[in-house]
Amino acid sequence: MAEHKVLLAGADEHDLTQLAEYRAIGGYAGVAKARAMTPDALIAELEKAVLRGRGGAGFPMGRKASLIDRKSAKPKYLVVNADESEPGAFKDREVMGKVPHRLIEGCLIAAHAIESRDVFIYIRGEYLTEYEILSGAVEEARAAGIFGDVEITVHRGAGAYICGEETALLESLEGKRGQPRPRPPFPPIQGLYYAPTQINNVCTIATVPVILEMGAEEFAKTGVPSSPGTAIFSVSGNVARPGNYELELGTPMRELIFEHAGGIADGRELKAVIPGGSSVPALTPDEIDVRLDYDSLGAIGTFFGAASLIVVDDRCCMVQLALRSTKFYMHESCGKCTPCRVGTRWMVQILESIENGTATHADLELLDSVGDNILGKVLCALGEFAVYPVHSYLHKWREEFVAHVEHGGCPFAGSSSLEGIFAPSDQHAHTPAGEEALV
Amino acid sequence: MSRFHDEVQAIRARYPEGSRSAALPALRLAQEKHGWLSRQAIEETAEALDVTPAFCYSVATFYDMLHLEPVGKHTIDVCTNLPCALCGAQRVIEAFESELGIHAGETTEDGEITLRAVECLGGCGYATVVAVDDRYHHSVRAETVPEIVGGIDGGT
Repeated sequence: MAEHKVLLAGADEHDLTQLAEYRAIGGYAGVAKARAMTPDALIAELEKAVLRGRGGAGFPMGRKASLIDRKSAKPKYLVVNADESEPGAFKDREVMGKVPHRLIEGCLIAAHAIESRDVFIYIRGEYLTEYEILSGAVEEARAAGIFGDVEITVHRGAGAYICGEETALLESLEGKRGQPRPRPPFPPIQGLYYAPTQINNVCTIATVPVILEMGAEEFAKTGVPSSPGTAIFSVSGNVARPGNYELELGTPMRELIFEHAGGIADGRELKAVIPGGSSVPALTPDEIDVRLDYDSLGAIGTFFGAASLIVVDDRCCMVQLALRSTKFYMHESCGKCTPCRVGTRWMVQILESIENGTATHADLELLDSVGDNILGKVLCALGEFAVYPVHSYLHKWREEFVAHVEHGGCPFAGSSSLEGIFAPSDQHAHTPAGEEALV
Repeated sequence: MSRFHDEVQAIRARYPEGSRSAALPALRLAQEKHGWLSRQAIEETAEALDVTPAFCYSVATFYDMLHLEPVGKHTIDVCTNLPCALCGAQRVIEAFESELGIHAGETTEDGEITLRAVECLGGCGYATVVAVDDRYHHSVRAETVPEIVGGIDGGT
């Protein structure tokens, strides 16, 4: 089946970073349509579309909007989460770089629904080029008078994975360290500056104009009933044609990997698929006959997540994969919750001992137990993201972990595709030079 | 008042009064001016934001893109996270190390270039991703490393 482009529609044929070209293909018609509706009617339309949050949690966007206390005397805020940092995900970046006006149009429609005049787009600091494109588009749309009484501010992050977590993002947007808040209260009740706040991912908001254009009823007929619409799937790792593919939800995973992405590269064999970004449980080759939607992936014990598939071939040592993954989550743990801050470090130490051959069978049980003591005992999902994949590697590729213990080292003997890879956390920190340094 | 002070006030005006939302943009601005966040840079920022230096310092220590120690005039960031690692990021970073004569995490002796291994840059389909002064290079291989280094103004 061919790609089904609605979010990225027109981007191959036109330069949709330009307002005139976006308008020429019917852009910003959705805003006019939305503004002719009452906020209640607009929210009802969005609820009918069952647009599930594309950031990973899958919570229906319209229902989220309905939770905003629009009667509150405080300002209502719309915040777009453009802090895409999940390893494997690079779709929000493509949306902002290619169809920034569709995102802006989605912001204006969603702002009307929740009666907000203040929109913030929090974009990860590393996305400099996309920040420039998006800011340029915001300026152009503002100058053209499209905003009405709404203001859109593009706010850059400064390098912290955790700021993709919605409450950490709010803290960061308020100028603080990006550490998650306890919930409740949830952001629709008390979010940015303690006011009612709607937070959605880039792809979610950029899909909103599509719903207005098609009508919720038609939109709900695409994809699968429980997850209508399309998603941009980021495919990376050992495939012949990695990249972003926009497909209807419910597309078979096998079709995405073997047809769109061209199958496994270099004539190798498939070993594992991490289907939602590096934070979710991996699938073995005999588990990939599954449809790509929230409920189908949930039914086999993993997550749709960030719709980002990391494909791993048979050259990869799963202990090294677990170790590199855990070093990332250790590095990115904000330090607020002890189980995550300490547990991720402990997991790294255990995995290092397994990889270098000094671990015993008891250490495999210990690795399991350290993970179990993070799950459900932390304020946000980061700690769980560190554990889910490692537990899946440990249980589904257990013989490989056992082989490390029994052979006193890595059975790949230097031939693993991840051999020698190191992480930023392995880099020696500089000794601050000069008396000027505050550290 | 200095130009920096005025620029920070302009940033503050974009956010609700009394909020500290200008902290990250102001720290980034200070870093652009000084090259890194020295004690002087932190103090100037704190003064312009009307907060304590300790607050600015606590924020600055949280974020990877804010430097609390001197860095080279140019930065080369090589992604070594899973998708890039599965496609050979290790060979790419080794090629940079040998081309520049330094280890990852270090700066060339002339203070020109800092080389770092970094976490996912969000270009996983185009491994290996390398950011030179925050501009992305896609599908970098060990063989293309000398060309990238040669293209840096003042590169060796």
